[in-house]
Amino acid sequence: MRQELNYLKETPSQTAGPYVHIGLAPGAAGFDIYRQELGWDIAGPNARGERIRVEGCVIDGMGSPIKDVLLEAWQANADGIYAHPEHEGEVEEGFRGWGRVITDFDTGEWGFDTVKPGPVTERDGKVIAPHISLWIVARGINVGLQTRVYFEDETEANAADSVLNLIEWEQRRQTLIARKSERDGKPVYRFDIKLQGQDETVFFDI
Amino acid sequence: MKPGPLYQRDREWHPPALTPDYKTSVSRSPQYSMISLETGIGEITGPVFGHNDIDPIDKDLLSNYAKSGESPIGERIILHGRVLDENARPVPNTLVEIWQANAGGRYRHKKDTYIAPIDPNFGGCGRTLSDENGYYHFRTVKPGAYPWRNWINNWRPAHIHMSIFGTAFAQRLITQCYFEGDPLIDKCPILKSIPDPQAIEQLIARLDLNATIPLDTIAYKFDIVVRGRRSTMFENRPEGN
Ligand SMILES: [Fe+2]
Repeated sequence: MRQELNYLKETPSQTAGPYVHIGLAPGAAGFDIYRQELGWDIAGPNARGERIRVEGCVIDGMGSPIKDVLLEAWQANADGIYAHPEHEGEVEEGFRGWGRVITDFDTGEWGFDTVKPGPVTERDGKVIAPHISLWIVARGINVGLQTRVYFEDETEANAADSVLNLIEWEQRRQTLIARKSERDGKPVYRFDIKLQGQDETVFFDI
Repeated sequence: MKPGPLYQRDREWHPPALTPDYKTSVSRSPQYSMISLETGIGEITGPVFGHNDIDPIDKDLLSNYAKSGESPIGERIILHGRVLDENARPVPNTLVEIWQANAGGRYRHKKDTYIAPIDPNFGGCGRTLSDENGYYHFRTVKPGAYPWRNWINNWRPAHIHMSIFGTAFAQRLITQCYFEGDPLIDKCPILKSIPDPQAIEQLIARLDLNATIPLDTIAYKFDIVVRGRRSTMFENRPEGN
């Protein structure tokens, strides 16, 4: 008898559609149903490290900001530890490292407050520059897009980062570097995501 | 043996980014090749949720927005199944979130202007954690079909949107669950963005009479599969050695 492999196939993805908010961010969509919504506080009150804001737009192939996007962020704490049992090390009480935001229905702007993550040491000892992973879903996006936010002021770490260096075209690496400014004394990093065009953001097949 | 990186995602099983019959994808589909990455620590980890995050009533869409003593209008259904990985192992304690139109095909969303009325007793969203064997279940009404602007006369088959976490950020998945026997399934440009007919079959919940509550609620079964992980029987050689 033939040997069978018996693996299952991953459930195929479908677009999040235009009404993703009612499922994943109903308060933002204008109605209260849950005692608490998930993902509005990434770092929690006790997180060490620098408090920052990350914000931007998601821009379509016509150059227009998209106004029905949902983004999720996943990051390590300031010590480079992910809040997950498979990552050895402690995170601060209340630090989850995960967040969820939607774009403004009128402007397409999104943004979240968090702490700047530290560099992460991979299992093989390689050190990855500080970054936040983003997952982007919307109407018209058939499979959620994965990208990474790196930080402009981490010049040395970015230059040594094995993921950035995997991108053959040096100018495309720039699409993953958030630009730093300051507002009310707090660092703000701008990260616009372009879905198409010459400066299309780098997306990862992970 | 500890679990290692995830299996490569089968991009031919999923819809491609550009599917012109689903018009919105035309200006929202990246055109350059994605950069393929081996999953690292930030991809094999992901957010962990617990019973403090959600409430038991969140999974009962028949009552989580209804006025006391009232119920939403529509066919009462149980939607249940398991969250598994590609190795057919259950995924326990993972967050499953759903959202849907009401029985008339209308969403409680300010951007939905369809003529079918809002149901005052129906919110249209729910969430739950899979149990220790990967089982999940919701109680809701069967959503109605609704028209949408794509071609001049497109109708979405009845569907429930589903969001699944798994245990790793690279398992993150959004999909839609359809219902066996719906004649609109073969006509939907969003469903047909999936090239393989067998993959489409995987999105169609089956009528499950054994799971019904007689004289009360009918049932549909829908298993969800997230990406599996390699077992690290042998460690990878570091590059260049
Ligand atoms: Fe829908």
